[in-house]
Amino acid sequence: MTDLLKLSGVHTHIGRYHILQGIDLAVPQGQVTMLLGRNGAGKTTTLRTIMGLWQASSGEITLGGERIESRATPDIARLGVGYVPESMAVFSDLTVKENLMLAARDGPLDDTQLDWIFGFFPALRRFWLSRAGSLSGGQKQMLSIARAIIEPRKLLLIDEPTKGLAPAIVMALIECLKEIKRKGATILLVEQNFFAARELGDSVLVMDNGTIVHRGEMAALAADVPLQERLLGLSLEAHQ
Amino acid sequence: MTELAATDPLPKPKRDIAPILLPIALALLMIPLIGSPSTWLTLTAASLAMGMMIFIMASGLTLVFGLMDVLNFGHGAFIAVGAYVATLVFAPFVASVQADSLWVNLAVLAPAALLSMAVSGALGLVVERVLILPVYGQHLKQILMTTGGLIVAEQTLYALWGPQIIPMPLPTSLRGSFIFGDVAIAKYRVLATLIGLAVFIAIQLVLNRTKLGLLIRAGVENREMVEALGYRIRRLFLGVFMTGSALAGLGGVMWALYREQVHASMSDELTVLIFVVVIIGGLGSIGGCFIGAILVAMVANYGGFLVPKLALVSNILLMVAILMWRPRGLYAVTSR
Repeated sequence: MTDLLKLSGVHTHIGRYHILQGIDLAVPQGQVTMLLGRNGAGKTTTLRTIMGLWQASSGEITLGGERIESRATPDIARLGVGYVPESMAVFSDLTVKENLMLAARDGPLDDTQLDWIFGFFPALRRFWLSRAGSLSGGQKQMLSIARAIIEPRKLLLIDEPTKGLAPAIVMALIECLKEIKRKGATILLVEQNFFAARELGDSVLVMDNGTIVHRGEMAALAADVPLQERLLGLSLEAHQ
Repeated sequence: MTELAATDPLPKPKRDIAPILLPIALALLMIPLIGSPSTWLTLTAASLAMGMMIFIMASGLTLVFGLMDVLNFGHGAFIAVGAYVATLVFAPFVASVQADSLWVNLAVLAPAALLSMAVSGALGLVVERVLILPVYGQHLKQILMTTGGLIVAEQTLYALWGPQIIPMPLPTSLRGSFIFGDVAIAKYRVLATLIGLAVFIAIQLVLNRTKLGLLIRAGVENREMVEALGYRIRRLFLGVFMTGSALAGLGGVMWALYREQVHASMSDELTVLIFVVVIIGGLGSIGGCFIGAILVAMVANYGGFLVPKLALVSNILLMVAILMWRPRGLYAVTSR
């Protein structure tokens, strides 16, 4: 299987801090690659560096064979990369509709795509004309994901979508991401919720101190409790 | 964490009307203090006109602050340049300015205002590219660069036009007042109020009814996410900066006609007022800027009438009071 995204020897400095210390990773086309690790390991920095929100100080990032590490964020987005940040970053002052209109960069909203999204997140249809700032945390997360998938994207970078959400909302998000995966999307997903990670991941990368310390199949990590404890300090069972 | 299920009704967001009521309450409160209804009406009309002129000058600055977090201390230069450009148009057409015909007067006034806006907007393009672009994200350098730019602009105006005050008489048909009983409202103040309202409505329409407006509103709130959606916000900012500069030029023409004079440091007295308006309105908020401008003008006019000695500090007191009530301004749009 070809790799859609590749990072080779990527270093990122933020101020005087050396956060990413030579990341090498590959995200295969059409797969969900989980990026796991303890808090502060560098997962969010990795996504932001790919997105160009923080500039890599050295190393190569390629998307579909094209170098992107020196490109500006809008140019990277226009190559077909959708980004769901940890903070959700919905535009509170805009309505649900206006948030999605902005995300649909290349034209009017596609009704079929909207209906597909409303199937997972019916709340978005109900609150179509409500200000995003008045939505609950779960609904904002739905909107944030809907914004990333309102148009077809080559690659989705999703940062901890289940963080702080109620179990029912988490299940809805997992179902949505599974469906996006079935449609052939390539996803790099940062997640602390192991249940969600096991449900969604094809392959897994584990980070620690700004480097990748483990790579392999998600199913293999899910089945290996000692390995989970060694890499992450927790076992999958503890999260069920 | 309490989550709403999809079937739960969403609590209706409360419409925040307290800031809108503030100038109305202030105006009503002044009726018994001023005593004479006709004086009160005259002062209120003067406040509205002055407020609209300040709003026109401040609206661009608030978007520049809100959208790109740029501290432009040189905004006043666009005001002065706009006024001087208008004198260039007025000078060869003195007869038309003095003609007793509204249409003949407008035939000079409208091109003068449009040319002032064009020149100020073009100057905005140069300032953004030359002074602001190298110092994005560096507040101290922004202050130094833009203050330096303001000094250079003022000195250039001195060099070109000399240090003397240039008279800029109101066109004949805009002189005098509309008389209603014993109430006199200056014609020019009515025009200034109408132009200010038209600018406010136009900005609101653009912000709320167009994709460009959506981008500006979204950019004020979270410019990083706008870029992550694939929009080049720097270009958007350049457009907003030029529009803000052009509006400052228009405000300069209107203020010069209001004072009937132009001089190179005319923006000095306005800069403080404009910054007060932007801060009390809430950075990036056009609605807040509009209400803030009216409040500032009301405090200046009512305060100047009732307690003249307080006039010098009245706007600072207003700012302190508003920020104690709402530390991020009347309408907080950005998280800054």
